[in-house]
Amino acid sequence: MGLLRYALTRVLLTIPMVLILLTVVFLVLHVMPGNPVLVILGGRNVPLSLIHEYEHRLGFDQPIYVQYIKYLWGVIHGNLGDSFSSGMTVTSQIALHLPATLELSFSGLFIAALIGVSTGVWAALRQGGITDQVLRFTHIGTYAIPIFWSGLMLQMLFGVFLKWFPTGLQLNPVDAAFFQPITGFVLLDTLLRGNFALFGEAALHLLLPAFTLGLALSGLVGRVTRAALIEVLDLDYVRTARSKGLPGRVTVLKHALRNALIPIITVVGIQFAILMGGAVLTEAVFSWPGIGSFLLQSIKARDFNAIQGTVVVIAVLIATVNLVVDIFYALIDPRVRFS
Amino acid sequence: MVDAPRGSRVVVAPLRTWLGRRRVLAAGIVLIGLVVLVTLLAPLFAPYSPTAPGADRLVPPGAAHWFGTDQLRRDVLSRVIYGGRIPLEVAFSSTLLSLVIGASLGWISGYAGGRLDRTLSLVMDALYSFPALILAITIVAMLGPGVLNMVAAIAIVYIPTYFRVARGQTLRVREEAYVEAAQALGARAVRTLRLHIAPNTLNALLAIVSFNIADAILTEAGLAFLGFGLPPPTPDWGFDIQNGQAFLQSGYWWLITFPGIAIVITSLGFNLLGEGIGEAVGPTG
Repeated sequence: MGLLRYALTRVLLTIPMVLILLTVVFLVLHVMPGNPVLVILGGRNVPLSLIHEYEHRLGFDQPIYVQYIKYLWGVIHGNLGDSFSSGMTVTSQIALHLPATLELSFSGLFIAALIGVSTGVWAALRQGGITDQVLRFTHIGTYAIPIFWSGLMLQMLFGVFLKWFPTGLQLNPVDAAFFQPITGFVLLDTLLRGNFALFGEAALHLLLPAFTLGLALSGLVGRVTRAALIEVLDLDYVRTARSKGLPGRVTVLKHALRNALIPIITVVGIQFAILMGGAVLTEAVFSWPGIGSFLLQSIKARDFNAIQGTVVVIAVLIATVNLVVDIFYALIDPRVRFS
Repeated sequence: MVDAPRGSRVVVAPLRTWLGRRRVLAAGIVLIGLVVLVTLLAPLFAPYSPTAPGADRLVPPGAAHWFGTDQLRRDVLSRVIYGGRIPLEVAFSSTLLSLVIGASLGWISGYAGGRLDRTLSLVMDALYSFPALILAITIVAMLGPGVLNMVAAIAIVYIPTYFRVARGQTLRVREEAYVEAAQALGARAVRTLRLHIAPNTLNALLAIVSFNIADAILTEAGLAFLGFGLPPPTPDWGFDIQNGQAFLQSGYWWLITFPGIAIVITSLGFNLLGEGIGEAVGPTG
């Protein structure tokens, strides 16, 4: 019962967050210069009557607060408006692009955890030694590297020079044209259709961008893992396990790491925002058709509704991940009382 | 060093041993020193003009052009040397701006409490939880490209960081006896904040400045890479990488490699400096 109430409170707390972000972006878009109507009509020498007609049609001639309330009313009903550069609704555009981003970010998260936790454990076991120093430097190094640059370097090395991986997109253009999506998640859909060759192709396309994203976040995971593990390794029950004569590896993996996982997962959850930011750049580098690419296209086209909608969806996504992490934390750690 | 003047034995030698034990700090200072020096004295170091064409197209790195040339026949080394000006300018000014605005709001919010504090905290938390880069892109996209607009966008994005630290520290300091004493003596709020609270929150604020600059360098590079920086002829690491991206498929590796290394060195320097300061000031972790 406690958990349900706790979850509900947390859900209610995310509403103001999304609302504030929506308002900030709305203000940024509507107060700052740049007339989207001119962009739609293409150019400067457009007759004023035509501009006014379009402004009226899109609702831009109304006072800002009216536009704001109308937009808010739509969002509450799940309607993010029409994307005026494509003519589709923003909701359907985002639904089209979101699966690619989710596939990319969760694979990136998985790779970050893989690299981060293993190097973190390694550093903790060699605490104070040369290995620890080198790994610490490497961990700091991973967040000093601009993600778009590491992406390009990997693309050049493994895509252009070694030709091991494709340099962009989710599938080869021809395969993509004939591909019939079911859920929109390419990896999942190829499996559902039983097309294993295509699944392999999709996985090959995913690997470089996911690794780029994962590498960028691995340093942070590594440092948290190291710190959390060192703290746990000093505790009584780990010493007990050791004095019972359990081999070192068993002690670390079974007793220590399991308890060190709580802070690691918390940090990873918090870093999901960074992951989404990194995803935008990674998508730009690898021509990945996710919401990051969609956002950049919409910005170029001054497609206000599309930009706003994307921001709202990203905010909701981040809030959801934080919520899941919080609940997970509460479930796993008996010290958390739901209040 | 028997002949060394007295001053160096008293000041320089202890400083050297102190820095020697703090290798991370020393490494950070060396890297930043290198980048700032080269950037400030760019005309001295650059062998060619960063904007004027002066060689063949896309010459690979060699004796005449250490880092090669680009498709507009410009020297890549010279562009890398000049290319740090905009990123450093933008990172420094935006960090300063967000420190001043964020800290002031944090002090006021933490000291005043009540509804103002709750509202400001809610807004700042919302901004803080959102990806900095995406917010910066959205703002700069609407403002239009340019140095001042990049500074504004990056500054807005990092205000919540300073707000949170300043507010948290203010809440802590506010309960101290000397603040209560000042209030009991009838000191006005502004005076209490300026003399008793703000100075005691500075350490915590300055501890994050270096990390912030490192992050701002990356954000600026990201914005410039996506084309929200300055218009073409101006050298800028992020923008030059975008320019090189078009030639990557043909294997012209030097166009993206060298500006990227420059960004990494700069950002690494400020990250190490931040780590080093943390080590020197607080308990090691």
